[in-house]
Amino acid sequence: MTQASLRPNAVRGTDLPGSGAPKPARSRRKWSRNPNVERSANEAEGVSRWVMLGILAFLAIYSAGPLWWLIVASTKSKEQLYTTNGMWFGQFSLWDNLANLFTYQEGIFARWLWNTVVYSTLGSVGLTLVALAAGYAIAKYQYLGRGFTMGLIIASFLIPGTLMIVPSFVLFTQMGIYDTIWAMILPGMFGSFSVYLAKVYAEGAVPSELMEAARIDGAGEYRIFFSLGLRLMTTAGATIFLLHFVGSWNTFMWPLVFLKGADKWPVMLGLYSWLERGTDSQYDLTGLVITGSLISTIPMVILMIAMQRYWRSGVTMGSVK
Amino acid sequence: MTAMTETAAKPGRSPRGSKTPRGNSGATDGPALRPRAGWRVKQDLKGASLSLPFLIGFGVFTLVPIAMALKESVFATKTSGLGFGKATSTFVGFENFAEALADTSFWAGMLRVFIYAIVVVPLGQLLSLAMALVLDGVRRRVAARFRIVLLLPYMVPGLVATMIWIYLYSPVVGPLGDFFQLFGLDVNFFSGNTVWSSIGNLAIWGGIGFNMLIMYGSLQSIPHEIFEAARIDGASELRIALDIKVPFLRGSLVLTSLLAIIGTLQIFSEPLLFRAVTPETITKDFTPAMMIFNQAFQVGNVNYATALSIVLGVVVGIVSAIIYRFTNRIES
Repeated sequence: MTQASLRPNAVRGTDLPGSGAPKPARSRRKWSRNPNVERSANEAEGVSRWVMLGILAFLAIYSAGPLWWLIVASTKSKEQLYTTNGMWFGQFSLWDNLANLFTYQEGIFARWLWNTVVYSTLGSVGLTLVALAAGYAIAKYQYLGRGFTMGLIIASFLIPGTLMIVPSFVLFTQMGIYDTIWAMILPGMFGSFSVYLAKVYAEGAVPSELMEAARIDGAGEYRIFFSLGLRLMTTAGATIFLLHFVGSWNTFMWPLVFLKGADKWPVMLGLYSWLERGTDSQYDLTGLVITGSLISTIPMVILMIAMQRYWRSGVTMGSVK
Repeated sequence: MTAMTETAAKPGRSPRGSKTPRGNSGATDGPALRPRAGWRVKQDLKGASLSLPFLIGFGVFTLVPIAMALKESVFATKTSGLGFGKATSTFVGFENFAEALADTSFWAGMLRVFIYAIVVVPLGQLLSLAMALVLDGVRRRVAARFRIVLLLPYMVPGLVATMIWIYLYSPVVGPLGDFFQLFGLDVNFFSGNTVWSSIGNLAIWGGIGFNMLIMYGSLQSIPHEIFEAARIDGASELRIALDIKVPFLRGSLVLTSLLAIIGTLQIFSEPLLFRAVTPETITKDFTPAMMIFNQAFQVGNVNYATALSIVLGVVVGIVSAIIYRFTNRIES
């Protein structure tokens, strides 16, 4: 899943919303909705409608049930976790659990959360800048090697993630960035799919006439990119940032291989270490893992719901093509 | 930048240059029409330099590792003593690959993952398809409300999803055992026979939301006149769904299946987490990716692990190509 959920990025937004529109910020709202929102021609009528609602309700329970269990379980004390019905609340001891979580091993959980925030933020900012610049260059300039760059990008979509792990380990050891935060931040900053996304977006969102006008006003190429290009590509930037932020928040195999010291771990790896130890240690860590899972999931759910229009329209638009 | 660039760029910037018909600037844009002015080339080179950070990083973190993988895989390291003592690397040609091709535990893992993929991917696709069709069949407002709930699993980090399900399956804390006992069934979710279906269920749970979203997006793009015409002709809703909507989704289905299969063949973290609770069922080389991980970082045989990675990469490539060809043939 970690691999799979990282890779789908590769298609999530083949065609960014508003890629044909010169004014993305304005037109986005229209794009993310469908032009025929109120239309109900796809809609079924009569009995089949109730059948469909029934199926939907069942699927909704299947989707939300496990999360419901997680919320309920994180409010229970250790004994109640084993003795009460898992799907309903017992005695409310969420605050105690949180206190336990953040004090266990001198509050290492807070450290892991902080690490995750740092890795995800720095990596995503870096990737967004690198990808926007490269995508803009490929889309807006004619030069030798442009086709070759595109070829590289497309070809790299086919490389399975597992293939990269072992040779990267060898390389990082030689470079001296093994077991440092750079092993978490740097490699992710050069994702070819983000460049592809930025390129597709820049083609539609940055009008050549505007660049020409800036040139006549005496602006250099770099200045045009930083003051004009970047601004016009804000939407693409937000999408790239979001997708990578979520991806690196969730990543597991990469830190498992490249980070040795527990003080450098991101939260997912930390939780895994507790799960692994929970089975054979005297102190039962189940409660900690459950509460920790909830705490590390909440930011993702909030982020994904708040920034729905970025990733969701990316998904739907990409598929229409 | 340099003085030369400045002077070279001048003709384009001088008012005289810009007073010539504006449409002209569009014509000079086309490189095929006439040899481009020197300043235009410089401008393009300057623009091209914006892609340098990416190209350098891509070279270092993607191309170099691939080259190293190819190199490592044809060498063998003999270490004296434990770990990274004085190691000597010798060229062994395709020996590692020969060993990989004959490695029964690697191919057993591959077979396991393959069978799993063949069962779980289509099942997940069918469920996502049903979900998308049903969502498409209800009123927009209702659909919008359900959609967010159905997408919740997609927002949960994969590792957390696996942990949640491990606990749900767990005979001590999980409610699922009790639930099945209501029907007189005594299910052990971690036994050798059931562990794959347990993993499959959680993979489907985590994946259907995303797939459903892609398919739902495609459904929304079908011109609605078609449905009206079909209804006037007396087609039932089921007929419309199967004969109009499903064919429209073929592109999305191929895409999501391909992604799912590529991801599934490389499955790693789910079985690794299950191994934490049931090490006797899930061996250390249960899946190809787990075996690669084990060879590289537990056994310490990096050369062999890279050879295995390349074999896995080739298998994934071949399988994707076959699926792609196969689905294209159906289409035509």
